[in-house]
Amino acid sequence: MTLGVKMLSGFRLSRKLNRSFTVSFLLFLLLAVFGCFMALPLIFAVNNAFKPLDELFIFPPRMFVNNPTADNFYDLLALMGNSWVPLSRYIANTLFITVVGTVGHILLASAAAYPLAKYRFPGSKTLFNIVVLSLMFSVAVTSIPNYMVMSWLGWINTHASIIVPSLAFSLGLFLMKQFMEQIPDALLEAAKIDGADEYRIYWTIVMPNVKPAWLTLMILQFPILWGSDGGNFIYSENLKTLHYALGQITQGGIARAGVGAAVALMLMIVPITLFIISQSSVIQTMATSGMKE
Amino acid sequence: MQAETSHPTVPNLIHTNKPSRLALKWKEMKKSKHHYLLMSPYMLIFFTFTVIPVVFSLILSFTYFNMLEFPRFVGLQNYSRLLLDDDVFMIALKNTLLFALITGPISYIACFLFAWIINELSPKVRAFMTLVFYAPSIAGNVFFIWLIVFSGDRYGYLNGFLMKYGFKLEPTLWLTTEKYILPIIIIVQLWLSLGTSFLAFIAGLQTIDKSLVEAGAMDGIKNRWQELWYITLPSMRPQLMFGAVMQITASFAVADVSIALAGFPSVNYAGHTIVTHLIDYGTIRFEMGYASAIATVLFLMMIGANMLTQKLLRRVGE
Repeated sequence: MTLGVKMLSGFRLSRKLNRSFTVSFLLFLLLAVFGCFMALPLIFAVNNAFKPLDELFIFPPRMFVNNPTADNFYDLLALMGNSWVPLSRYIANTLFITVVGTVGHILLASAAAYPLAKYRFPGSKTLFNIVVLSLMFSVAVTSIPNYMVMSWLGWINTHASIIVPSLAFSLGLFLMKQFMEQIPDALLEAAKIDGADEYRIYWTIVMPNVKPAWLTLMILQFPILWGSDGGNFIYSENLKTLHYALGQITQGGIARAGVGAAVALMLMIVPITLFIISQSSVIQTMATSGMKE
Repeated sequence: MQAETSHPTVPNLIHTNKPSRLALKWKEMKKSKHHYLLMSPYMLIFFTFTVIPVVFSLILSFTYFNMLEFPRFVGLQNYSRLLLDDDVFMIALKNTLLFALITGPISYIACFLFAWIINELSPKVRAFMTLVFYAPSIAGNVFFIWLIVFSGDRYGYLNGFLMKYGFKLEPTLWLTTEKYILPIIIIVQLWLSLGTSFLAFIAGLQTIDKSLVEAGAMDGIKNRWQELWYITLPSMRPQLMFGAVMQITASFAVADVSIALAGFPSVNYAGHTIVTHLIDYGTIRFEMGYASAIATVLFLMMIGANMLTQKLLRRVGE
């Protein structure tokens, strides 16, 4: 309730053109209703992870937990400790794929974005237009040839099959290039006069200036890799990811409801925390995301 | 007319200039070799896994290919089978178009509307509400929580709620009853859809030039709706176009949610989409030529919808 009052007073009243109070109130109501719609499933997910078994299967079902317990997490450890591949292995696989994929993507995309943002050379425009065009279709379109390329390269059943294609995710290059255009040319000129070559300029001048864009690329890339279940490429149990393990656990049905909720909480909490940390940088980068006509 | 009058001089120009122009280009390319080198790792991967596959997929779509034998050219056979003989594809096409026509526009408008309302809040509340609306789209694949909401037994939240208050006496099998599958997928898809474009709109709204708003007030803009149409929307046009691309592409690619909630294949193919059809032929039946034809149709639909929308958006605020 206090949040509601705070939000209502949050509407800037000093603007020249004001809506009537009724319209403001209706818009606020809309925001509140849809805010609940967006937040409730996540709140359920958090609550479910701490519910004891008798509360998970209570009728009528309750949203909020009465006697919170960490049993589900202990059960998870016990369950996965007994299984052939320990839980820590799934976590390590997911972390490896996510960290290498995200850091690599930021490095490769920014290295490619710098020449495209700051110089004109033969082919630069065409290449950028191809990248923009590739934003207009989803990865499903290329999934068939990708599978064949992977099998020819011998990358089926390796982490490379998940990591390498994600390094050249086109949205990252697009956003990075748009953001880099803001760097003043004078800064680059000055470095050139001081005798720095292109690689040095990229690494010591451009990169430190686009930190907000790093975080943005991270926030877009991270959830994709973190939520990856290995797709069609990974078959060995000891290479599989945490998200795949979650699928296996929930396949266990009713008996695994609590453990499933615990894993789901682990999966969702990390990307959300990262977003909370990086939000203002992300908004700053997105301001330059526009497409020119 | 002008082209004709200047015609006589052209052949001369070409003769004298053609080699030197090429040489010039080569010189220019050599001069920027560092730029090519910087771009090469990204571009190598990008071309291997995005550009070439599109071309490759197009070529394969005219063949019969099962991954074991060498592809055999079959002309338009895959396409005629897909469009004339495949009843399941027709269901998939209908569902995909429904998703695109419902979730596409609604999610796009929702992204803008909520960004617009949130933008007027104080910075702290704004950051909080941004998190609330954006969180579902990055929360991993937590849409599985909807499995509990729509669970078919009475422990499911929806069934439990409806039965507790006496709207129903018996639980409904939400996810295995044909008529409920599509609406449920649409709801969950909308829940997940306030993603990148939502952030782009929030950012766009924050960078609108305040003096434009003041000038608009001088020029006789009377209310917030006029301000929205004549000032806010036109100054955000680049973000609006970017957001449209993101939303359209996502709304044509529905598959994960359908598979997670309604199963694969869903009851009577009620949640079948072009992408799940592609998965079916590509990774289960290994009819790669046919699957490539499906991919090509999807590619053309996505590009077509995007181009059309870009054209429409150029008219905003006119």
